[in-house]
Amino acid sequence: MSKFKKNGGKGMPAISTASLPDIVFMLLFFFMVTTVMRETTLFVTVVTPKATEIKKMEKKSLVSYIYIGSPVKRMQNSYGTSDRIQLNDAFADVGEIQEFIATEREAKDEKEVPYMTTSIKADETVKMGIITDVKQELRKANALKINYSTRKGAY
Amino acid sequence: MASKRRGLPEINAGSMADIAFLLLIFFLVTTTMDIDTGIARKLPPMPEEDQPEDDSQINARNIYVVLINSNNQLLVEGELMDISQLRDGAKKFIDNNGVRQDLSENPEKAIISLQNDRGTSYMMYIRVQNELAAAYNELRNISALNKFGERYIDLNKTEQKEIRKMYPQKISEAEPKNIGGNS
Repeated sequence: MSKFKKNGGKGMPAISTASLPDIVFMLLFFFMVTTVMRETTLFVTVVTPKATEIKKMEKKSLVSYIYIGSPVKRMQNSYGTSDRIQLNDAFADVGEIQEFIATEREAKDEKEVPYMTTSIKADETVKMGIITDVKQELRKANALKINYSTRKGAY
Repeated sequence: MASKRRGLPEINAGSMADIAFLLLIFFLVTTTMDIDTGIARKLPPMPEEDQPEDDSQINARNIYVVLINSNNQLLVEGELMDISQLRDGAKKFIDNNGVRQDLSENPEKAIISLQNDRGTSYMMYIRVQNELAAAYNELRNISALNKFGERYIDLNKTEQKEIRKMYPQKISEAEPKNIGGNS
């Protein structure tokens, strides 16, 4: 009559694992939908500076990224250690930014162009000289909405 | 031969979970959940070539000059200042409302002029931008609490616009110069 006896007698019934694939598939679909593949391989090391007054970026599809920093270890043989600009998947000169913005614009709908933002992802050790050059080029390209990418945190 | 007689055997679905797990792990690893955050700014349009410079009509008291040199030192209104005091300094300047003769007449007229050197580090620049943004945000929060009894971010769009009109964020960046010599 006691619970223990009952248990010992028949043994635990096996838990049905038939629904396990369904559960896993559900999780899988969730991650498939939410995943954003990393589009670019970073050739520069970027540790963005910390700030407290930050805002979330609204539309990810309308953001173009400019990475600025020192080349990663395996690239230092051919590119040195001084700060470089990376656009898409290659190192670039300051002069190529206007072209980059133009191609980014072409890929988007005409209505969305005014909402396009350029996110500057620069390493905290970078000097302002290169940032100023980039900003001047963006002004020339009339890409005036910018965003200094930062981490959340206080000094 | 045995299958021909008995019809198609049932496919074993036992490994289905394994396959799904494999895919799941792949997506788990490749997924990037991080939301990009940052300080949003708007650049001024490029000046037209035939347009003369006309910044003379702005009263000098309404401009709060912040200079950062190549050694990351701050010169605010002609005096050396530590970054920790910048927020309070900017708040006093913006919210002066004509009390002190050397500070702004009212928040709507107040302009912060920021100028950096080519040798200034990006980290310092962002810290200054952050402090100035914080000064504005704190003032907006105070007036939002006074007026609507809620924090600025909790207000609706029209209310936010009203507060923004009271404290417009005017941070002007001068045309770049190279004073420190080294870029």
